[in-house]
Amino acid sequence: MDIGLAHYLVVAGALFTIGVFGIFVNRKNVIVILMSIELVLLAVNINLVAFSAFLGNIEGQVFAMLVLTVAAAEAAIGLAILVTYFRNRGTIAVEDINLMKG
Amino acid sequence: MTSEDLLFSLSWVQPELLLAGFVLLGTLVGALFGARSTRLLNVVATAALFAAGVMALMHRPEAPQDIFAGAMSIDAFGAFAKAVIAFAAAATLLLGAEHFHRLQDQQFEFPLITVTAVLGMFVMVSANDLIALYVGVELQSLAAYVLAAWRRDDARSSEAGLKYFVLGALSSGLLLFGCSYVYGFSGSVQFDTIAAAAVEPGVGLMFGLVMVLAGLAFKMGAAPFHMWTPDVYEGAPTPVAALFAAAPKVAAVVLMARMLYEPFAGMEHEWRQVIAVLAGASMLVGAFAGLVQTNLKRLMAYSSIANMGFVLMALAAGSPEGAQAALIYIAVYLPATIGVFAVMMALRHQGQAIETIGDLAGIGQRHVGFAALLTILFFSLAGIPPLAGFWGKFEAFRASLGAGLVPLAVVGAIAAVVAAGYYLRVLATVWFSPSAPSDVRPSSGVSAVLAVVGAALCFPLLLVFMAGLEHAADAAVRASF
Repeated sequence: MDIGLAHYLVVAGALFTIGVFGIFVNRKNVIVILMSIELVLLAVNINLVAFSAFLGNIEGQVFAMLVLTVAAAEAAIGLAILVTYFRNRGTIAVEDINLMKG
Repeated sequence: MTSEDLLFSLSWVQPELLLAGFVLLGTLVGALFGARSTRLLNVVATAALFAAGVMALMHRPEAPQDIFAGAMSIDAFGAFAKAVIAFAAAATLLLGAEHFHRLQDQQFEFPLITVTAVLGMFVMVSANDLIALYVGVELQSLAAYVLAAWRRDDARSSEAGLKYFVLGALSSGLLLFGCSYVYGFSGSVQFDTIAAAAVEPGVGLMFGLVMVLAGLAFKMGAAPFHMWTPDVYEGAPTPVAALFAAAPKVAAVVLMARMLYEPFAGMEHEWRQVIAVLAGASMLVGAFAGLVQTNLKRLMAYSSIANMGFVLMALAAGSPEGAQAALIYIAVYLPATIGVFAVMMALRHQGQAIETIGDLAGIGQRHVGFAALLTILFFSLAGIPPLAGFWGKFEAFRASLGAGLVPLAVVGAIAAVVAAGYYLRVLATVWFSPSAPSDVRPSSGVSAVLAVVGAALCFPLLLVFMAGLEHAADAAVRASF
């Protein structure tokens, strides 16, 4: 069986969905949310690289490199904010993030 | 790209280079001199923002200039937005400098990160391909997450930062997933190539468009992607909330307008429904949820949601008049919003900026000046003629009625009336509540001056210049689309 573009898109779509669900359904702790965010960004990278290979166009791979870089910066900032939050509250459970109701 | 191309490109991004240079040098100065350099960096950052705004406005091209091999496009529309962003950010930076000075929480990083956020907004405003769009949005957002969590010893500030980060990262994921589909089904990240493919859109491109719009709506704080706004405004330090209510909104609106009017112009029929739903939902949510708020910062958050709804209503028109109305709306919305935040910081309650509507009780008897300022600012936000806010709403309604969006305009009218209710409720507390013995003390200083400037812009300065503003917005839109 040939592996075509659609296969890559389905895998990426599945990863993306798992990532988004991980953010909303997860009730445990914020680290899991950070992991879900990484999953979402990596799903996008699979998409970009698959499209790039399929189209024979290098732009998608350039985009994927930038997404990787930004994802690293995003994880660093997320963890830094999480550390200050933990120092103030002594917990990173999702259900404890409730000082303000919105 | 040859060296001439590079030099040509660099000549058009002088405001961005100024800001980037300031951030790099400022980091060095801060690392060498520590907190002692905070005051200097605040002053220089404000001056750099002003200079960048003026440079963008002065050095604007007649026709759009594609630079950096088409990654960015400099035009009059972007120049107008950059000037508004830079001036708004400079005002909120001044508020922040005063606020943190009073709290004796001086950190030299504050002006640097604010300027970094503005640099990200400048990139957003000039983006001409999906990569520049993404990098600009992320530069702005990452800086904003840090600013929201600025008070490291305050649990609410950390929580605001954390919520903003998680939901912001999710929205970036949506935006990016949409971008990957747009790229895949149009064959390029460049806006002009996407525009050619959007004339006959397939399902893939449509899917990408919807995801991109959802991501951008989140960055604007438009319903139903608004849930982060009230919590972040409440938890973030007051000057940071003022920044969030002002500059990033302009950048997101301009980016939204550019996406709709350039790459996706051919899909107007498809996106108009999405934008109309976003606009209607934002106006209604902002108006009705604002009615039950007791915290002023949350009230301003719902006010910003409603106002973004009006901007989207103007953009839904899909005509040059729509983009022009959106620019005018946002230009008259900013001074009123920043002015309200400035009043909140000028009136101090036990050394802190006031937070609840109850703190304003009896201000009308004891501090008539501030009460009068609040009256002007809230009247302008409510859109009561003849204040500047009325003309912003007038333009938005005219644009949407001109495009035949009558049901949306009716929803907008209902929302405007309901929202006027909660602005007037605040003013009733200010003027008619019995003057409880409270220790709210006004202070003179930067925040009081900015409150006066904001109110003066709402009435009568912007009215005097309304013709000029309209002309500038019209010229900007015509030269760009």
